Amino acid sequence: MKISKEEVLHVAKLARLSFSEKEIGLFTHQLNQILIYMEKLNEVDTSKIEPTYHALEITNVFREDDIKPSLDKEKVLSNAPKKDRDMIVVPRVI
Amino acid sequence: MLSKMTIHELHKLLKKREVSPKEIVEDIFKRIERVEERVKAYITLTRENALKQAEMAEKMIKKGEITPVTGIPLAIKDNICTEGIRTTCASRILENFFPPYDATVIKLLKKAGAIILGKTNLDEFAMGSSTENSAIQITRNPWRLDCVPGGSSGGSAAAVAADECISALGSDTGGSIRQPASFCGVVGLKPTYGVVSRFGLVAFASSLDQIGPISKDVTDAAILLSIIAEHDDYDSTSARIEKQDYTQALKDGIRGVRIGVPKEYFVEGMDKEVKEAVRGVVETMTSLGAEIVDVSLPHTEYAVAAYYIIAPAEASSNLARYDGVKYGLREDAKELIEMYCESRSSGFGDEVKRRIMLGTYALSAGYYEAYYKKASQVRTLIKQDFLDAFKLCDVIVTPVSPTPAFKIGEKIDDPLKMYLSDIFTIPINLAGVAAISLPCAFSKGGLPIGVQLIGPHFSEGLLFNVAYNIEQSLGIYNRRPPLN
Repeated sequence: MKISKEEVLHVAKLARLSFSEKEIGLFTHQLNQILIYMEKLNEVDTSKIEPTYHALEITNVFREDDIKPSLDKEKVLSNAPKKDRDMIVVPRVI
Repeated sequence: MLSKMTIHELHKLLKKREVSPKEIVEDIFKRIERVEERVKAYITLTRENALKQAEMAEKMIKKGEITPVTGIPLAIKDNICTEGIRTTCASRILENFFPPYDATVIKLLKKAGAIILGKTNLDEFAMGSSTENSAIQITRNPWRLDCVPGGSSGGSAAAVAADECISALGSDTGGSIRQPASFCGVVGLKPTYGVVSRFGLVAFASSLDQIGPISKDVTDAAILLSIIAEHDDYDSTSARIEKQDYTQALKDGIRGVRIGVPKEYFVEGMDKEVKEAVRGVVETMTSLGAEIVDVSLPHTEYAVAAYYIIAPAEASSNLARYDGVKYGLREDAKELIEMYCESRSSGFGDEVKRRIMLGTYALSAGYYEAYYKKASQVRTLIKQDFLDAFKLCDVIVTPVSPTPAFKIGEKIDDPLKMYLSDIFTIPINLAGVAAISLPCAFSKGGLPIGVQLIGPHFSEGLLFNVAYNIEQSLGIYNRRPPLN
């Protein structure tokens, strides 16, 4: 086993996901199958290879710090699940 | 029937004022009414909007401001933001999301006078290869309704094949334009990373995602790319390219063009008909004067493993934004963290959860080096394979998928099996190069088979040129599904 049920529960917590007991069993099984397949990568010697995080070489992209029009507040807030005047309402944090 | 025509055919009629944009839109909606119930390509149809845009296109034409897409009705994959038009990503979590802005590609298309018919189905958040992962509906392959249209841009490819639009936009992270194009017998282009702005494309894996055209023929794909390929200040990964007309070089011959055939793409276990179809294309190119070269892409067999670490890792980070706070589905809970968990757990489907879990695991403490870093190093080798191969050839020819379209339900319960079907398209995204898929044959069962042409970074012009020559020589591009 590459990943145990307990580890799956831990990862779920990190990812802010919750699962039923039955789902945990299935996900543990499927993630194990996938991770076992990933072991294939260990056949490749990458000791002297730099990682690639972007397909093209792009250096920093700068722009002038000018003020430009932004999105309409009402339009943006129209998607909020719960709001009060100009504010988004969430459950108590503290 | 106007709906059966291509962009360039309709453009000629529009220019001569023999047909109006409104007539085209109405003809397409007639077609949609007739076949959509069986195909289910669209999540949202925007008839009223389309008719309004048709009026505006009409005005442009009258003023003599016609562009190659003025008055042309298009379908848009539902992970591309459209102002005021619901954009769901085929997910419960965005089921009622109305973007407050247009994606850059939409802005460019609107400016050129194109018409938007509606938003097409996809695998939830573009994660999948069959469009079966949509939380909204199952799309069917217009050629055979018991088969999948491919994915994730299955709705766009099916809409084009079924003449429910003139052309469409899709997005491609690991083959999501090319594979459905191949399954549905249409043309699909994944541009070089950075050629088309990603601003307004709902992010899945940001270092791999690209928007591209899905169309009835190569010329239409070139026309669409000419409109949407433009540097964009709103996308910091957008390439500094000059605006160009990709239709210019289409008709040049391909004598002397060096075509690479990689031995790693013709492996055991591949469908015999697919293998023969691609061999047939190689013969066609030889008869057109192209030169065939054997090339090697030795790290191909590691591409799927590397991709299914890198893409889920980026996805787990990108999809952290769906927390039920500012937009999207919210489940009520007493505490904030509980609200995040509940909203995400009821809003995301199984495949999205699987990838978030896989990505979170691959990035978590103690596993980062073994998975994410390792996969990114292998990515370097895969990219290098292509750079080396392109020293010996100009274009590489391969299959798009190891098989033609498979049956609905055939692979959905086995995620790994589904992942492995992406073997020929994934390496292209990892390397960031360009590739086009075009129909080249039909299986005995009547399903289309596609061929993939891969070119170096920024070689779209050459790809269109070679693809156009193959298309004209094979002469199957105007075959349509038996769907009436």
